[in-house]
Amino acid sequence: MAYHSVISAGFGGQGVMLFGQILSMAAMFEGKFTTWLPSFGPEMRGGTANCTVIISDDYIASPVVDEPTEVVAFNLPSMLKFEKILKENGILIINSSVIDTKPHRENIKVIKIPANDIAEELGNKMVSNMVMLGAYLKATKAVTLKSIEKALQERLTGKKSDLIKINLEAIKAGMKEVVK
Amino acid sequence: MEKVLARGTEAIAEAAIRAGCRLYFGYPITPQSELTEYMARRMPEVGGVFLQGESEVAVVNMVYGAAIAGKRVMTSTSSPGFSLMQEGISYIAGAELPCVFVNVVRGGPGLGDIQPAQSDYFQATKGGGHGDYRLIVFSPESLQEAVELTMYAFDVADRYRNPVLLLTDGLLGQMMEPVSFPEFVDLDSLPDHSSWALSGTGMRREAHRVSSFDMDPVSLEKKNMLIQSKYKEVVKNEILYEEYQLDDAEIVIVAYGTMGRIVKSVVNQAREKGIKVGVFRPISLWPFPYVQLSKWSDQASFFFTVEMSTGQFVEDVKIAVEGKRPVEYYGRTAGIIPTPNEIFAKLMELI
Repeated sequence: MAYHSVISAGFGGQGVMLFGQILSMAAMFEGKFTTWLPSFGPEMRGGTANCTVIISDDYIASPVVDEPTEVVAFNLPSMLKFEKILKENGILIINSSVIDTKPHRENIKVIKIPANDIAEELGNKMVSNMVMLGAYLKATKAVTLKSIEKALQERLTGKKSDLIKINLEAIKAGMKEVVK
Repeated sequence: MEKVLARGTEAIAEAAIRAGCRLYFGYPITPQSELTEYMARRMPEVGGVFLQGESEVAVVNMVYGAAIAGKRVMTSTSSPGFSLMQEGISYIAGAELPCVFVNVVRGGPGLGDIQPAQSDYFQATKGGGHGDYRLIVFSPESLQEAVELTMYAFDVADRYRNPVLLLTDGLLGQMMEPVSFPEFVDLDSLPDHSSWALSGTGMRREAHRVSSFDMDPVSLEKKNMLIQSKYKEVVKNEILYEEYQLDDAEIVIVAYGTMGRIVKSVVNQAREKGIKVGVFRPISLWPFPYVQLSKWSDQASFFFTVEMSTGQFVEDVKIAVEGKRPVEYYGRTAGIIPTPNEIFAKLMELI
């Protein structure tokens, strides 16, 4: 049974919520069960905002997760907070453009992605979250790129549809980075 | 049917519109402001009315006024706002008017916080306002169920001429999940309220009188007893609940709404270890499925209630079990959500 539970966390404005929504929507298009649960409450400036996405072949009982199978950390506070609860042998993807500290755990798989640098090379630093999403897809194969593309088309409409191309480029760049 | 990834509050709002609700009055409050916002955008599109009152007190009286005209109407709020509405709800129940309320519960008491809670259970099910009245209360565990119960709430409200409350919390309100929406209800097919509603006499009939006011105790008692006989029908017909893995269960976890869902993870976890445990999940909180829950006393060694409050729902479980078996309790409050591991650990302590 395929099951993924991922916490996407970072500063407000880094696109951690959208990361989760696009992923969740793609899972829905594949006919899977999925939940997207945002962190609650007034987040402190400079603190972390996060969301939990679950993708499963079976009905999802608890949308609340004790031990995520993956953590995607966009900043240092997020890595420090969620590295601790990552499941054994789970995957930790970190944004190495801003996180220069090594994770503490040994029994996890760590993938470093210089997401901000890659996004800037692409000419839009706003898409660093999609670089991370690309890395996540490559590392987990939780959903297909095709479903993600469909989700982007669904989500980015009207004026925003111009952004689909750059978002896709960012995702592909993130995927490539995992191979390296 | 095609699915959309919907946010809880928005799913409830869209479901209400599809149920034929064209009148929404509201006042924003976290964590349900997206519901109000959705209605502000959507009502003009479907030829409905959205109006933001100056307070929840104004809003509940707008709902009262719209319901008296016999139209499908709703409002939504969160805990402190729902407290402000209690006087109006008592009047609406006394005047026997159909309408739908949504309370997306947050941490309390007082201003509390904005995180999910289930600490408005007493207020919802035991009468938050004054007088001998009942709210019919439904509580969903998922967004699909929230959609279905919202639409159903309007039917039940019409059937009994009584306010219905959808009781949920900030977790379900804020989360997203795939949902498929049923078709729009044909507005011409909605129940006919012309026998009592204040719809204008057109100088062709006697004026209707709808009120909760009666200075004559004998006549008011008679009216109250009629309302009570209506409630007996509600108890007979409107009990909803779900049984999960109970067939061979030696332990029955009892939980509702969001917790009713989370504890299913605990059951799955426990069953892997060979512990025979299941879930009884009331969906209607009033009427409460006392008899249906009580039945499991013969088989279970004990009941285990989990709720996001310091122990409100557990009292109804104890009423149902009638002391035949121990009723254990675990809960968190103030907006903290018990996690599956946490509940599982507590369960292990109890065994």
